Amino acid sequence: MPDPADTAPRAATIAVLVENEAGILARVVGLFSGRGYNIESLTVAPVDEAKRISRITIVTSGTEMVIEQIKAQLDRLVPVHKVADLTLEGPHVAREMALIKVVGRGENRLEALRLADAFRASVVDATIGSFVFELTGSSDKLDAFIALMRPLGLAEVSRTGVVAIARGPASIHS
Amino acid sequence: MSATAPATAADARTMTGAEIVLRALKEQGVEVIFGYPGGAVLPLYDALFQQNAIRHVLVRHEQAAVHAAEGYARSTGKVGVVLVTSGPGATNAVTGLVDALMDSVPVVCLTGQVPTHLIGNDAFQEADTTGITRPATKHNYLVKDIRRLAATVHEAFYVAKSGRPGPVVIDLPKDILIGKGPYTDPPAEPHRSYRPQTEPDAEAIRRAVALLKRAERPVVYAGGGVVNSGPEASRLLTEFVRMTGMPCTTTLMALGAFPASDPQFLGMLGMHGLYEANLAMHGCDVMLNVGARFDDRVTGSLAHFSPGSRKIHADIDPSSINKNVKVDVAIVGDAARVLAALIEAWKADETPQDKAALTRWWRRIDEWRARDCLRYRQEGRIIKPQHAVKRLYEITRELGRDTIITTEVGQHQMWAAQFFGFERPNRWLTSGGLGTMGYGLPAAVGAQIAHPDALVIDIAGEASILMNIQEMGTLAQYRLPVKVFILNNEYMGMVRQWQELLHGGRYSESYSAALPDFVKLAESFHAVGLRAEAADDLDRVIREMLAVDRPVIADICVDKEENCFPMIPSGAPHNQMILGRDQEGGAAGVTDEGKVLV
Ligand SMILES: Cc1cc2nc3c(=O)[nH]c(=O)nc-3n(C[C@H](O)[C@H](O)[C@H](O)COP(=O)(O)OP(=O)(O)OC[C@H]3O[C@@H](n4cnc5c(N)ncnc54)[C@H](O)[C@@H]3O)c2cc1C
Ligand SMILES: Cc1ncc(C[n+]2csc(CCOP(=O)(O)OP(=O)(O)O)c2C)c(N)n1
Ligand SMILES: [Mg+2]
Repeated sequence: MPDPADTAPRAATIAVLVENEAGILARVVGLFSGRGYNIESLTVAPVDEAKRISRITIVTSGTEMVIEQIKAQLDRLVPVHKVADLTLEGPHVAREMALIKVVGRGENRLEALRLADAFRASVVDATIGSFVFELTGSSDKLDAFIALMRPLGLAEVSRTGVVAIARGPASIHS
Repeated sequence: MSATAPATAADARTMTGAEIVLRALKEQGVEVIFGYPGGAVLPLYDALFQQNAIRHVLVRHEQAAVHAAEGYARSTGKVGVVLVTSGPGATNAVTGLVDALMDSVPVVCLTGQVPTHLIGNDAFQEADTTGITRPATKHNYLVKDIRRLAATVHEAFYVAKSGRPGPVVIDLPKDILIGKGPYTDPPAEPHRSYRPQTEPDAEAIRRAVALLKRAERPVVYAGGGVVNSGPEASRLLTEFVRMTGMPCTTTLMALGAFPASDPQFLGMLGMHGLYEANLAMHGCDVMLNVGARFDDRVTGSLAHFSPGSRKIHADIDPSSINKNVKVDVAIVGDAARVLAALIEAWKADETPQDKAALTRWWRRIDEWRARDCLRYRQEGRIIKPQHAVKRLYEITRELGRDTIITTEVGQHQMWAAQFFGFERPNRWLTSGGLGTMGYGLPAAVGAQIAHPDALVIDIAGEASILMNIQEMGTLAQYRLPVKVFILNNEYMGMVRQWQELLHGGRYSESYSAALPDFVKLAESFHAVGLRAEAADDLDRVIREMLAVDRPVIADICVDKEENCFPMIPSGAPHNQMILGRDQEGGAAGVTDEGKVLV
């Protein structure tokens, strides 16, 4: 009989340190599509130019067995240095940034501005008929703000996807 | 070329890219390459022409080049090397690469590429080889800087053979092959990020031994990883099984890792495995898996797989562990290292084994053995395919020659697995994971090149053999005395069997119509053609085939409608096996859930 822990899906935020080389992103993305794993978000950028290391943050979900598989599959990619399951390893900070364009005039425009203030979003572009807000926070916070903007003239959203790091003194490099 | 490093002409280590490649191959111990030329790799062929250290074997199709390299690798434990041109050369190689990936065979495949400045322009014979082969390889490289060329070749060999072995592609643009650059030696540290664990964790070994010592109904389930690890692992497996008195079964990929003649050998397990092996797996209380991957051909229905057992799994690839079956003790490490550690820990652990329980367990196994699940009846003129393999086995054993068997894919492959006994590893070469029809003949080319004095036989089906039949030309050119032993049932027998059992006997497109005359076909390829049409011809044809020191095709006309049993239908549990026509079976019906499985 399958253990219920193996069938209940959970979310996982996984950090992967990789060689900064051509094709590495295709390898990671191809692994997820080829094996049918789910990707909620994926971000990548170099974090150590001297050592040619990039960091990929993947938010995924699956049963415990699937998540263990995902980590093992990532780890066996030749250019992968390290895989860390931030969700499993303890408290971590996860942040996402969004640029949100709202088009409107009159009361809607004022309401959008008031809400932006309440969410501590900053205005990074403004015209008579539009704003671009910049908002950083948890994905939930971004979702909530975007939902509020919808009736107020939401025109366009661009999100970075999640970056994450463990809390406390321990480092992924140690 | 702008990519060329600024090196002085006096530097003896400055050479063309093609020369760098060959020098690096030589440094890696390469003696032979299987390949096929074309525009993009002409510089490499030119460099090959001007040296004698590395031999090139010209195949007739790039897929065959990879299978030949696999045959070479699997029969020697070395890395097999392939050289093909860009575009169609590379795409033709893809099936072979995936085959090597699925069966964990170390192969380095050099592919030509259009010059770097034309990449992405849809140039003549351009294909996105690294894109296409990314999911077909363990790793791949596109070399864009000649200064990285030698290091890339060295690294490719390290990646291909370490950890879980697999195929590696190096895509070589033509300007890199022509340009000049520095040759560099293999680095002291083989890789920055890839360092697989080979030494098992002592605590995991201790827990495994504690379980095994207390087992009342243990079974050892050994897989291809034991063969991958090298002959020492097979020796240690045999030692461990004998010292513990446990029964041992192997997968298709591990035939020969444990001696077939040993009384503790239960035979192959799985879909077409032996009754006793499958029932032992189903009924055991402790299972030790060494280097096998709980493949669906082996487990059948996962929900019903070995329901009462504690499972120990030793594998070099952590992703193989807990992938299909959740285990109680996970041991990451190389099979030989794991087995050596198990032997040591077994001796150190003073817990006495429950010998009485083990005796009872063997008594039950012997009852299952008494079913004689492979029994068949050879009566009358018509040759039973099982009988053909059995006689081939017995007659080759009489000869006492070192014998290597390759196979194609289908019923004949399963009969070969069931009726040919292997005492040593690296003598059984078959396509297990991908199940590639057309594997056997080119794999035999590779094996015969590696072992010129061995007897190499491809046990084939009449449909499969046509998939790489052009390699008869390679046999002729290099005078490779490979024997092609065709179990000709005039059907894609394995397909016909499923249609009979699962699709109401509607034999849709599974008849082998318009077959060539294999005797004449052999002759036109400068080989010897033989045919056995009746049971009385069989031994004579086998003996004649084995007596000639030339390539032979033996066309063995066998019973057209024989099925391969035992069979666990897809998705069924181990204890629901279909036995032969002559034997009252287990369950017959296949569920709809089972029908969707392949
Ligand atoms: C028509 C057909 C029917 C088939 N029927 C059956 C059947 O009845 N029974 C059967 O068994 N198979 C059958 N197969 C084959 C099946 O599909 C699989 O290929 C096979 O079962 C896998 O064998 P394996 O588990 O030994 O793993 P392999 O594919 O050989 O994998 C080796 C495992 O060992 C690990 N490994 C590699 N190197 C090392 C090392 N140095 N140390 C430790 N571990 C290592 C790898 O990580 C991997 O997990 C059939 C195939 C075909 C085409
Ligand atoms: C390249 C490829 N195509 C299709 C299949 C599916 N397939 C598996 S066995 C088989 C029939 C093989 O027929 P034959 O070689 O005559 O062997 P037999 O089963 O009759 O012994 C087919 C078509 C395959 N395994 N490989
Ligand atoms: Mg056939």
